[in-house]
Amino acid sequence: MTDQAFVTIKNAAKSFGTFEVLKDINLTVQRGQIVAIIGPSGSGKSTLLRAINELDPLSSGEVWLEDVQINKKLPYRQYEAHVNQVRQDIGMVFQHFNLFPHLTVRGNITLAPRMLKGLSEAEANKLAEEQLAKVGLSEKIDEYPSRLSGGQKQRVAIARALAMKPKVMLFDEATSALDPELVEEVNQVMKQLAEEHMTMIIVTHEMDFAASVCDRVLFMDQGVVVEEGPPSVIFQNPENERTRNFLRKHLSR
Amino acid sequence: MDLDLILRVYPFFLEAAWVTIQLSVLTALLGLTCGALGAAARMSRLALFRWIGAVYVSLWRGTPALIQVFILYFGGPQIGIQLDSFAAGTIALGVNIGAYMTETIRGAIISVDRGQTEAARTLGMSRWETMRKVVLPQAARMMIRPLGVNINALIKGTALVAPISVVELTYTAQRFIGSTYKPFEMFLLAGLLYMIIIYAVGHGINWLDRRARIT
Ligand SMILES: Nc1ncnc2c1ncn2[C@@H]1O[C@H](COP(=O)(O)OP(=O)(O)OP(=O)(O)O)[C@@H](O)[C@H]1O
Ligand SMILES: [Mg+2]
Repeated sequence: MTDQAFVTIKNAAKSFGTFEVLKDINLTVQRGQIVAIIGPSGSGKSTLLRAINELDPLSSGEVWLEDVQINKKLPYRQYEAHVNQVRQDIGMVFQHFNLFPHLTVRGNITLAPRMLKGLSEAEANKLAEEQLAKVGLSEKIDEYPSRLSGGQKQRVAIARALAMKPKVMLFDEATSALDPELVEEVNQVMKQLAEEHMTMIIVTHEMDFAASVCDRVLFMDQGVVVEEGPPSVIFQNPENERTRNFLRKHLSR
Repeated sequence: MDLDLILRVYPFFLEAAWVTIQLSVLTALLGLTCGALGAAARMSRLALFRWIGAVYVSLWRGTPALIQVFILYFGGPQIGIQLDSFAAGTIALGVNIGAYMTETIRGAIISVDRGQTEAARTLGMSRWETMRKVVLPQAARMMIRPLGVNINALIKGTALVAPISVVELTYTAQRFIGSTYKPFEMFLLAGLLYMIIIYAVGHGINWLDRRARIT
């Protein structure tokens, strides 16, 4: 593992109309690092995550993946080609799974690799089998998403993202929509990715999970990073008053 | 009720019903084409196309279909468009129902959850790939029923070409009334045949809708 910057966010700012959601955010994530973003609702966590893959482009600032600037200003066609290319390297997992309901689990996983990487049917099937085995759902390969539990859906969504062999994975509250008893199976998959040194940026409300898996924790409030550091410091010894207030509410559950 | 008369004239009504069916099919095909193009225009990235689509929908839905038929058939020759009554009727009605279908198709497309598009784009799929492989297959299922409503309306709307002498059901009923003075029997017979066509199509739509359900 090298120590160079892998994902870099420089002076990121974002407004919706006159409302500033992100204000001058800087963040560097090293290869293999796992960063948690925590903070109150509306603090801009999702917006920051979605800026990384240009789902919500920044108003100003830069986003880099290794030596490629993701949010390059380009003429429309070149821009589209560019983001379609870089997004292949950035997996994203959503709170509401967003599986394709008209496709089977296999179809969900193989659609993009077949279309974008030109895999043959056999190669794509093998890929789907591998990824499903990884998330422990091999037997569900020919099911439709509507027949899966929430936890299973999210694991398929993770497998779908991993099938593109991304360099970094973004998780936006991947377990928030799940019944409590289904959270653990998804956390387990994410822990496994952590052990494989996948670079991950994880927006979460689960402090225990963040503390046990992440190398670094960012506390965001009102569009700024209020405090960041290793979980031991942020959770046990935060310096900032706002961080302490937030954690008091969230750790006492 | 003059049953003898009905038995004597019904072959002419069957022929007229066949014309109504042809009109309906061609109008539906043209309407679907206009609807697909209209929806694409309405959702285009380019403001000009969006504007053209919006103007199409509002003009064609904002004026009576009968006036549109008359403009094309009677007004067309004045600006060098010479069409026989069947062609003029089909085109006018097809473009008219296309304006409604534009909104139906667009409505189904925008009702597909945004998360679907986001998931596909996040994987690296282009706008068009996302539309074709993720959004349209889901929207297509959702548009079957509302398009069925449009088609039901267009079948009944084919009566609007009677005034330009297309020999379809309504025109035929009117013609026989002129010679028999039996409007009750003639309109009843025409109505019955319309009903059969509409029921058959309705069943077809229901069947399609059931088959297309996502398991
Ligand atoms: N498309 C949008 N248009 C206008 N405002 C938006 C948009 N998306 C987000 N916002 C606003 O930006 C702020 C930050 O939203 P964001 O979703 O990033 O918060 P969050 O930290 O992820 O919150 P949560 O924990 O509830 O998911 C919120 O006040 C939200 O209302
Ligand atoms: Mg959020």
